[in-house]
Amino acid sequence: MQRIVLMRRLAGMLRDEAVVGGIGNTNFDLFAAGHRPQNFYMLGSMGLAFPIALGVALAQPQRRVIGIEGDGSLLMNLGCLATIGMVAPPNLTLIVMDNASYQITGGQPSASAATADFVAVARGAGIARSDWSQDPDDFIRLVDAALQSSGPALIGARIDEAPAAGQPARDPAQIRDRFMQAMGARKDFGAP
Amino acid sequence: MPSASDKAWPDVVLETLKANDVRLAVYVPDKILIPLIDGVRADPFFTALCATREEEAVGICAGAWMGGMRSVLMMQTSGFGNIPNALASLAVAYQIPIVLLISERGALGEFNAGQVWSSRVVAPVCTALGIPHHAIERLDDVAFILDRSIKQAVATQSPAALVLSPLLTGGKVFAG
Ligand SMILES: Cc1ncc(C[n+]2csc(CCOP(=O)(O)OP(=O)(O)O)c2C)c(N)n1
Repeated sequence: MQRIVLMRRLAGMLRDEAVVGGIGNTNFDLFAAGHRPQNFYMLGSMGLAFPIALGVALAQPQRRVIGIEGDGSLLMNLGCLATIGMVAPPNLTLIVMDNASYQITGGQPSASAATADFVAVARGAGIARSDWSQDPDDFIRLVDAALQSSGPALIGARIDEAPAAGQPARDPAQIRDRFMQAMGARKDFGAP
Repeated sequence: MPSASDKAWPDVVLETLKANDVRLAVYVPDKILIPLIDGVRADPFFTALCATREEEAVGICAGAWMGGMRSVLMMQTSGFGNIPNALASLAVAYQIPIVLLISERGALGEFNAGQVWSSRVVAPVCTALGIPHHAIERLDDVAFILDRSIKQAVATQSPAALVLSPLLTGGKVFAG
């Protein structure tokens, strides 16, 4: 599967969900699939997409929140799956874009190229609803099912090494401010 | 602002957090922090959450802030040593107020060499990142420093670091 194809299919089904994209390609293709203010693009905190998404999910229990992370990034912070399994936020969906490599730093193989299986790890961490998607239709079906159900879910997607199709501006203050306004957590000071 | 006079430091901390609507308390366990951890876990006002690592906790607190919820992150000085990149790339770069309550190991009678040097990174890292940081040493200062630091963090969209000194907490001594 290709990351940008999955991101475009995902973007097509979103409404007011918050989406947190991880470092590098993950947030690049999230942006390239169509910017929306409910997207948060993370620039340098490798491995923190799921924890950030968990924080948003705790603060906004009425909103669905999606975290999207690369395999190398998730490997840096596997412990967060145990936290999410324990907290069991009903409104959090996790997506792993697994290209079995650290693509953006030169394509070095990651542990998932060898032995690591994120769905098995997530299940072991207490996220029972964890599945590998087989193709783009299956991916969308799994995301849709996760968004309809109560409880955390993890969806794995084995993707190829196609480069990202675009990049957001690296302006953290603007990214954060727009995201917070979209979350209703902050007003534009010029707004009525 | 809550008055400190007749209360123990953990009660003053909990009261001040509540007065500032800090509802999410994320922690990595530490012995000095026991009364705070037990306090937030026992009080339904707080959402108490034990993180596996301190950077993870920074991510959770950052997400909560962006969703409209204030948080405090409790850890020991060794845990602070885990988070400079998370602070720099997330809290500082994105202007996110995260209040760090750091239990100080490594000073005033430390018995474990494994704690000593990591505790010394706190002040220089905060200085390098421009994060306001204070040691809290006296009971009478707890409410003032914490209350003002939370308010400044929120108003200026900046993290803040408060070190709970053994002068306040008694620290941890060798049990033999
Ligand atoms: C803490 C930290 N360590 C290392 C890096 C360098 N780095 C940036 S992106 C990246 C690889 C990310 O891999 P993955 O999440 O699998 O995404 P991919 O590039 O494959 O899309 C690395 C190692 C960094 N930015 N931060």
